[in-house]
Amino acid sequence: MNPENIKQPKAVALISGGLDSMLAARVIMEQGVHVEGINFYTGFCVEGHTQAIRNQDKNKPKRNNALWAAEQLGIKLHIIDIVEEYKDVLLKPKHGYGQHMNPCLDCKIFMVRKAKQWADENGFDFIITGEVIGQRPMSQRKATMPIIAKESDVGSRLVRPLCAKFLPETYPEKMGWIDRNKMHDISGRSRKPQMALAEKFAIDEYAQPAGGCCMLTNEHYSKKLVDLWQAKAANNQTRDYTLDDIIMLKIGRHFRPKENFKVIISRDEGESNFLRGYRSEFTWLELTSHDGPLTIVDGHPTEEDLLLAARMTARYSQGRDADTVEVQLTTLDGVSKILNVEPLPADEVLPQWHI
Amino acid sequence: MSEITQTLNARRLLCPMPLIRTQNAIKKLQFGEILEVICTDPGTEYDIPTWCRMYEHKLLLQEQRETVDEMVEYCFVIEKGNKEAE
Ligand code: SF4
Repeated sequence: MNPENIKQPKAVALISGGLDSMLAARVIMEQGVHVEGINFYTGFCVEGHTQAIRNQDKNKPKRNNALWAAEQLGIKLHIIDIVEEYKDVLLKPKHGYGQHMNPCLDCKIFMVRKAKQWADENGFDFIITGEVIGQRPMSQRKATMPIIAKESDVGSRLVRPLCAKFLPETYPEKMGWIDRNKMHDISGRSRKPQMALAEKFAIDEYAQPAGGCCMLTNEHYSKKLVDLWQAKAANNQTRDYTLDDIIMLKIGRHFRPKENFKVIISRDEGESNFLRGYRSEFTWLELTSHDGPLTIVDGHPTEEDLLLAARMTARYSQGRDADTVEVQLTTLDGVSKILNVEPLPADEVLPQWHI
Repeated sequence: MSEITQTLNARRLLCPMPLIRTQNAIKKLQFGEILEVICTDPGTEYDIPTWCRMYEHKLLLQEQRETVDEMVEYCFVIEKGNKEAE
């Protein structure tokens, strides 16, 4: 007898922290399979970042949603840093981008492939995802399901318990580890079937981040990312990015008044504190005469550009209505000086500067 | 309390990096050895204890400390518990 028939089968579930991945794992756990969770950190996960930084989010629970979801399910979670490897996915997606800079199909393929590798290394038998047919325009269509299974090399060891009834029989079903009749036929964008299932499993709390859990599907974030790449190209650099680069795009107001420099102005105390950590790597500005934001200047600003940045900083400070304010400018060499500037009037912050 | 085997500086790292670093550091320790982790992301106050429970590592100490520049740091002292916890 094949030894695979007698031992308790083991599955690894991709856990995002959202409801669908929780339900998918749960449907398989119900059938006596040992399940553990896996979560991949791309650097673009919405997660705690902004929560940890911005004051306005201070009362939201600060936690890793995937970890929280795994604890609710009573399973272990393995969090894997894929920031470096993910660059290839984002910079050259074979299947292209979705509505914004989200390479969802390539991303799914990549994550399933990584999960398969992990499963092989750790003696797990199959992979679970919470995909639902027709839920996402790009990555969750019936036509893309076989592409994901094929290109990730996972083949018939990929089980999607929420829509399995629409899909061909998988290896774990053939082996009798799981029963097709205990899986589901959820499709489309309605969330009702998921809600009903959640109720059945008594899952009454789950993360529902507005705008999803990935910055790449966010229009404003995507614009800033494209701007970052354009600025790099203008400097004859590749589109390669660091984790700091992409986290910075989440913080503050971003302006590009001219091609050669970008101004980032904090929106609250939390963001100021966060940007303060980067002071040694940038030219920065802060008011000495009034309360105000912390401003970071990226790129190659001229003296005149820095004066503009100082006036913009003043515009977002408590001194915006004063005739002049004092702004301290510190350049990369650590040298500071005080500038006396007139706050920039609101209508002189041109709309095209906003990134 | 027994001696700290290793200290992990996870200051300035944002969720989930402090957790990933903790997870990877624990992996390299022997059963019974002790890891100290220092973070600035408040999310770690939930994440690290939860992760310890999940893997049956002993959380010997969890505390908030104020730094000289009046910022808050979160400090955790973890004893590697479960041998298979990887
Ligand atoms: S939303 Fe983001 S994480 Fe999710 S599949 Fe698309 S690119 Fe990947």
